[in-house]
Amino acid sequence: MNNLFAILSGIPAIPLAKWINSFVAWLTGFAGFFNALTAGIGAILDAIQWVLDLFPAWLFIILILILTWFILRKTKHWGSMLFELLGLALIWNQGYWHDMTQTLTLVLATSLIIIVIGVPLGIWMAKSHTVNVIIRPILSFMQTMPAFVYLIPAVALFGIGMVPGVVASVIFSLPPIVSMTCLGIQQVPADLNEAAVSFGCTTWQKLFKVELPLAKATIISGINQGMMLALSMVVIASMIGTMGLGSLVYFAVGRNDAGAGFAAGIAIVILAIILDRLSEGLSGSNQNKKDN
Amino acid sequence: MTEKNEKIKVDHLTKIFGSQINKAQELLSEGKSKAEILAQTGSNVGVDDANFTINDNEIFVIMGLSGSGKSTLLRMFNRLIEPTSGTIFVDGENIMQLDKKGLLELRRKKMSMVFQDFALLPNRTIIENAAFGLEVQGVAKTERDKKAHESLEMVGLKGYDNSYPNELSGGMQQRVGLARAITNDPDILLMDEAFSALDPLNRREMQNELLELQHKLHKTIIFISHDLNEALRIGDRILMMHDGDVVQIATPEDLLTHPKNDYVKKFIENVDRSKILTAGNIMVKPNTINIEKDGPKLALRRMNQDQISSIFVVDNDKHFLGLIDADDVSDLIKNNERDLHKILNTNVPTTSSDTAIAELFAQISKSPVPFAVIDDEKHLEGIILRSTLLEAISSNTSEGGNDNE
Ligand SMILES: Nc1ncnc2c1ncn2[C@@H]1O[C@H](COP(=O)(O)OP(=O)(O)OP(=O)(O)O)[C@@H](O)[C@H]1O
Ligand SMILES: [Mg+2]
Repeated sequence: MNNLFAILSGIPAIPLAKWINSFVAWLTGFAGFFNALTAGIGAILDAIQWVLDLFPAWLFIILILILTWFILRKTKHWGSMLFELLGLALIWNQGYWHDMTQTLTLVLATSLIIIVIGVPLGIWMAKSHTVNVIIRPILSFMQTMPAFVYLIPAVALFGIGMVPGVVASVIFSLPPIVSMTCLGIQQVPADLNEAAVSFGCTTWQKLFKVELPLAKATIISGINQGMMLALSMVVIASMIGTMGLGSLVYFAVGRNDAGAGFAAGIAIVILAIILDRLSEGLSGSNQNKKDN
Repeated sequence: MTEKNEKIKVDHLTKIFGSQINKAQELLSEGKSKAEILAQTGSNVGVDDANFTINDNEIFVIMGLSGSGKSTLLRMFNRLIEPTSGTIFVDGENIMQLDKKGLLELRRKKMSMVFQDFALLPNRTIIENAAFGLEVQGVAKTERDKKAHESLEMVGLKGYDNSYPNELSGGMQQRVGLARAITNDPDILLMDEAFSALDPLNRREMQNELLELQHKLHKTIIFISHDLNEALRIGDRILMMHDGDVVQIATPEDLLTHPKNDYVKKFIENVDRSKILTAGNIMVKPNTINIEKDGPKLALRRMNQDQISSIFVVDNDKHFLGLIDADDVSDLIKNNERDLHKILNTNVPTTSSDTAIAELFAQISKSPVPFAVIDDEKHLEGIILRSTLLEAISSNTSEGGNDNE
């Protein structure tokens, strides 16, 4: 026993940190690739921000209310609309409107990217056992690793500003949408799969006519979770120069200004609740179609 | 059956599930049993060397205990399950040699499947479900909806086109399943325990429906069943499976009179010829009123409408309570009273749906009121009228093979 301990303590520290550093350094070698990626993400951000800036605050609020009415009209949660009206008015009143749109841009861009990556990946995982076995531990790793850690390589590869914030948010909020998509597809009853094949569906027809429609509610709740995780990243991302409500909180910490911190924090909460209601309402509308 | 054109031919068809297929095949040829092979190789023999033909326009029933390989056999016809070895010919064509496109064609045009638990898409309306096969083939919406509508009407489901499956009862859902299968106008219907999930009344109704449909459409129907009564009722021929082996293929009469071995004998023992018909087979839907909700006026109106002199009484949970007589109800109304309990006749004979009618015959023919068929929890499942009983007995004995114990 003592012997074993002696041997173990004799092993020098494995240079794990050094290895990872050289890996990141090696990645920076692909500057062209990362520059292109930065430009791409930047373009998405600019486009979303441009659209959001198109509307004055009052018009934006009205549009959100109309959208909510449209999504929730069957569930008749009129309280949500009242909440949105008051919440958004408060954000406007506090002078946080522009910061709110910046945060919204970050969340929407992140959501868009995780949907584009996450849904196909989830489908692939559901179909291939090998892919499932490989991806699943990576997802757990991505989600349990403290989110701060992603900031460091993100800065190294994507510089400072919104883009590395989006990249870190994407990594952090991708796992639920992948695993929920996979779950949704795998939950399709065996006899419905058989029915699809027995009536001569091709693989793609089966996917689009049977599997995705049936998995829709589960996938949307994965998107909803991803959105909430993205929102939880906004304060952290502000440490690397991502502007918005998060940076207001971050600056308030620096100035030891509890009031400003909470005011901005409340704005984040309001945004979170609105996004949650809306994305949940989307999956609910499917349910209603069945029940009416 | 007049003509006997061969529709499907199965030649040395074998399916082994698992990884050690070669080893399992070797053991099979040495005559080892299914259990031995499973223990030695971990491979499961689903179907072992099946050889038979299915004729054009016949209802071919596959029977056997759970795990005997019925579903596996059926799913090899449209290659939902790939055979390990052997060949299947459909209309003389070797379907094992079909390429991807040919296989899709086969599934789209030649055969359709009906499933035990209906397998309808919950997010689609009834007509969208029924049109599914044509949608997959790329048929335009107006045309496929027209065809789907026709087949829904053919199975007796009118006016539900825009409902969703969860709004329909089990029996109605399976009608949709059946409509979906015939919308493609395939030659062959594959039905895996299609009526097993239905209650006895609905099951019987669907069996009749299928026979009627077959009368009009002349398909080749391959029908899996657990229920010998069902097999005898609808089958032109019956294939008995046991542990992956085809034990016997025979007409219903032959099966009853010449069971090939003890396995088949055991199967048909439960339906000792004179006892084939059970109360569940001949019961009909009763007219009922709910004593907790309905009053005497409604009761009387229902009886007048259907020209009956008494009506069955249930409570909110469909528990059977008794019978009331039209005259008593009239008196009650004359006296300006409402309480039906006063005139409730609880002295009604009851039986369970699996009781053989041979046992009931004497009692039923003497009873002045219909028999009530109730389940273990006293729910009213149906009633037996003297007239249907007599009709059933007479047609049953004249079918032949049923009265030679
Ligand atoms: N995918 C599979 N993998 C391994 N074994 C299987 C598979 N499918 C079926 N089997 C085995 O093959 C045998 C036949 O199964 P099958 O489903 O054909 O029986 P069945 O007669 O349809 O039974 P049931 O009446 O319960 O539906 C069983 O022993 C079953 O365990
Ligand atoms: Mg089966």
